[in-house]
Amino acid sequence: MKLAVLINEGPYQHQAADSALQFVKAAVTKGHEVFRVFFYHDGVNNGTRLAVPPQDDRNITVEWSKLADEHKIDLVVCIAAAQRRGILDENEAKRQGKSGDNIAPGFRISGLGQLIEAGIQAERLVVFGD
Amino acid sequence: MAEPWEEEEGPVKKFMYVNRKSPYGTIYALESLEVVLIAAAFDQDVSLVFMDDGVYQLKKGQDTKGIGMKNFSPTYRALEGYDIEKLYVEKESMESRGLSVDDMIVPVEMLSKDELTSLMEEQDVIMSF
Amino acid sequence: MLHTVNKSPFEKRSLDGALTHAANGAAVLMIEDAVFGALKGTAVTAKVQKALGNLKVYVLGPDLKARGMTEEQVIDGVTVVDYAGFVDLVTEYDKVQAWL
Repeated sequence: MKLAVLINEGPYQHQAADSALQFVKAAVTKGHEVFRVFFYHDGVNNGTRLAVPPQDDRNITVEWSKLADEHKIDLVVCIAAAQRRGILDENEAKRQGKSGDNIAPGFRISGLGQLIEAGIQAERLVVFGD
Repeated sequence: MAEPWEEEEGPVKKFMYVNRKSPYGTIYALESLEVVLIAAAFDQDVSLVFMDDGVYQLKKGQDTKGIGMKNFSPTYRALEGYDIEKLYVEKESMESRGLSVDDMIVPVEMLSKDELTSLMEEQDVIMSF
Repeated sequence: MLHTVNKSPFEKRSLDGALTHAANGAAVLMIEDAVFGALKGTAVTAKVQKALGNLKVYVLGPDLKARGMTEEQVIDGVTVVDYAGFVDLVTEYDKVQAWL
């Protein structure tokens, strides 16, 4: 089946991102297609490459980047939510006159339309939040 | 070959956006409204449900000056202009909070829990925030 | 419909929300902190047992284990699933609603 996932919370603060990761891993293992993972609200914080979590625990951002690369999953960070919270790609940093960008590999910044489109195109949309 | 105006439209799905949280205490009310405004451009069949503390999102007379936050409740009035007219509040949620439809900033239809359950079953996609 | 609940019934009323808005034949899956709702001997046990009358109720095993609970403590009739089972439930039911 073609699945889409919406993640409403940032990494570590809530279990949402972890639950979603485990769910997506299980889904692709079963041969389903995870068409898009959309990050909204604090979920955009999953997309920063500047996090340095303790070495003896999981690195949620890196796990997303790896999963996306292995299984061609479209990781989309909502631009409006990202602007509020300071997640930027190179273009956004230039556009907004900020001193740097921080988006992690495999993630892209785009509009809420990508979430609606995911809802339209996927056979199931699963929401992880708080 | 079809003319542009004769081309088939894409699928139309029933989208329901469920709001259960109060405004201002968290950002979910504001940011879920932003989703709905964008959703309007996709010509889908949209229903907005306000239940539990979500009914407070539509309360008239919000004055946010004292908390230093933007009052975004007038934006609910813009939904009609975007052809988003199916706004529902849950009767049990309203009653337990002492609210009536007259307290709401926009016209809403009040549904009982059982009616809402049926409406939810009819949807294709349900988003919660 | 598959209803997912992720908050503890002792913290939030989301489990109530799911149970009272699930139509006959729907399924409820407890994940994350909501797994406490699947245990015997709590203040919500009777409510969940009653729900088994017209709903299928599931609990995510890995979240139970993480919180030091065992399958033996789960209410009879509540089915323990893993993440693969979670995926199966998502595809088996026609849509998913998250009670956050």
